[in-house]
Amino acid sequence: MTIANETLAARIDARFGERVMRVSSICGELTYEVAKADLVEVANALRDDDELQIDQLIDVCGVDYLTYGDVEWKTESATESGFSRGVERKPVILDESDTFDARRFAVVYHLMSVKNNVRLRLRVYAGASNPPIVPSLVPVWSSADWFEREAFDLFGILFEGHPDLRRIMTDYGFIGHPFRKDFPLSGNVEVKYDADKGRVVYQPVSIEERTLVPRVIRDDNRYSADLKDKADNG
Amino acid sequence: MAEIQNFTMNFGPQHPAAHGVLRLVLEMDGEVICKADPHVGLLHRGTEKLAESKPYNQSIGYMDRLDYVSMMCNEHGYVLAIEKLLGIKAPERAQYIRVMFDEMTRILNHLMWLGAHGLDIGAMTMFLYCFREREDLMDCYEAVSGTRMHATYYRPGGVYRDLPETMPKYQASQWRSQKEVDRLNTIRDGSLLDFIDAFCDKFPGCVDQYETLLTDNRIWKQRTVNIGVVSPERALNLGFTGPMLRGSGVEWDLRKKQPYEIYDRIDFDIPVGVNGDCYDRYLVRVEEMRQSARIMKQCVAWLRENPGPVMLDDHKITAPKRVEMKDDMESLIHHFKLFTEGYCVPEGESYAAIEHPKGEFGVYIVSDGANKPYRVKIRAPGFAHLAAMSEMVEGHMLADVVAVIGTQDIVFGEIDR
Repeated sequence: MTIANETLAARIDARFGERVMRVSSICGELTYEVAKADLVEVANALRDDDELQIDQLIDVCGVDYLTYGDVEWKTESATESGFSRGVERKPVILDESDTFDARRFAVVYHLMSVKNNVRLRLRVYAGASNPPIVPSLVPVWSSADWFEREAFDLFGILFEGHPDLRRIMTDYGFIGHPFRKDFPLSGNVEVKYDADKGRVVYQPVSIEERTLVPRVIRDDNRYSADLKDKADNG
Repeated sequence: MAEIQNFTMNFGPQHPAAHGVLRLVLEMDGEVICKADPHVGLLHRGTEKLAESKPYNQSIGYMDRLDYVSMMCNEHGYVLAIEKLLGIKAPERAQYIRVMFDEMTRILNHLMWLGAHGLDIGAMTMFLYCFREREDLMDCYEAVSGTRMHATYYRPGGVYRDLPETMPKYQASQWRSQKEVDRLNTIRDGSLLDFIDAFCDKFPGCVDQYETLLTDNRIWKQRTVNIGVVSPERALNLGFTGPMLRGSGVEWDLRKKQPYEIYDRIDFDIPVGVNGDCYDRYLVRVEEMRQSARIMKQCVAWLRENPGPVMLDDHKITAPKRVEMKDDMESLIHHFKLFTEGYCVPEGESYAAIEHPKGEFGVYIVSDGANKPYRVKIRAPGFAHLAAMSEMVEGHMLADVVAVIGTQDIVFGEIDR
């Protein structure tokens, strides 16, 4: 953690107190969680405060935490049972539930101050509502415009107060939000040329999804904090 | 009284001046633009989603294909983000190699930009001149990685291999006589470093050539001066980075302000514009090319004198040598595990930004401790620039749209991702 980051953190803690929550980082970055009700106020203060002067919104990124920490290949029990061979796919979950897990969708803002030469990350959870909604930051930083459109397109997160919230990346008339974790990698539809109709038509995908390398989490002692401290001290 | 109505005009997606697949819906009042609505996404390949389904190292190749005129810089951003999470640093020699190739990539990118920008607004010769020098740099890519475009050369923990002692040579064919081949091969007799050194000596002269054609050219100035003016305050608010921000007079360069690798040990200057118009951005980029050659020259001098490893020795992350695998069981196991399962990255999140030729290229990785990233977000500089398109062209003529697209240095590989 650099000195500039610590100074910034101290200022932010003093300025906002309980309204922002510091998240620890393994690589010395400054991350805060903000409640979505406070977002616009905090953003405005970050930009206008004479000491903070966060003048650039570098990036807005949607994250879907649906399968966070899930593995396709369990290794802990392998000594007794042997490794499983393949990957069992869960059926695609269609979005018909009335509410989501309140910590499923998050929007991550990367901020930077050119004047003070510091970086800062804000995370806002979109809450349980379907569709998820967070307030828009376009009035604060104009660069939020397209980044928010992208997050809306790919994750289906609505940005309240955005002047022109349209899809941006996907095709005209696309259905679904492709970067959600329950959207299959191969998509749901494919296009082909239909000679009879004399035009391009949509049809359900004909390819089967498969996993070449299963997702696996291994306990690795090299990264455990206790051992690292011991190695540093001794 | 005749009723006057605004025209809506479609520009692209298949237009030579659209730099790829940009579709612009322009609302026009006569020949003056009232509003521009860029439609992007025609080249959307879902790179970020694909990266989530693969072990970390297998996505490096996708990064080349983002901004396909500055390939190694994209890799650099991705590799740095992984290294940050793993808490490792590449060996010193690898860092110098990376910086040298980053600057080579910057020249490659700016040459492509200068050629295309010139071609767009009427300077045909530029394209031919620029591609003449690009050819030499492509040869360097080929010498070091085997491919001329999509190198996949950077790896977490270093670079794939050390610089070669020989350069690939031309061969005589029915299109190229032995005499001409001999002439082309004379500078390719030495090592790659000799070749780069010779290039750095010759390149400032080439930039002088471009400048005699353009800098004081009346037509060039008419097409670029006072076109697409952005004030420094707006540039910051719109998320501009790189030459677009410096053209508006903001002195900001990640290589100086937040130095990564060994940029803090290198001597170079940051050109800054004054008026924030297309002409100033042109001057900034041209000067950047000269500075890049200067940086490369310093790297070459250091690399000549300091041999050493270019890859970390930690075989949990980097592949062991072929030779070691022949008689070492442990190396064989490491190799097998790395190329089937990959390595697990500790849980956490990191954002690594580099000074890409177009601006700030950032990669945000969320890891849940698995062998594949949980979420990868690529912050492409061109995305923020293109978002400001409407603001930049408002009140200008239709022909100036092309000048603004050119000055933004748009490449759709990175915008659509």
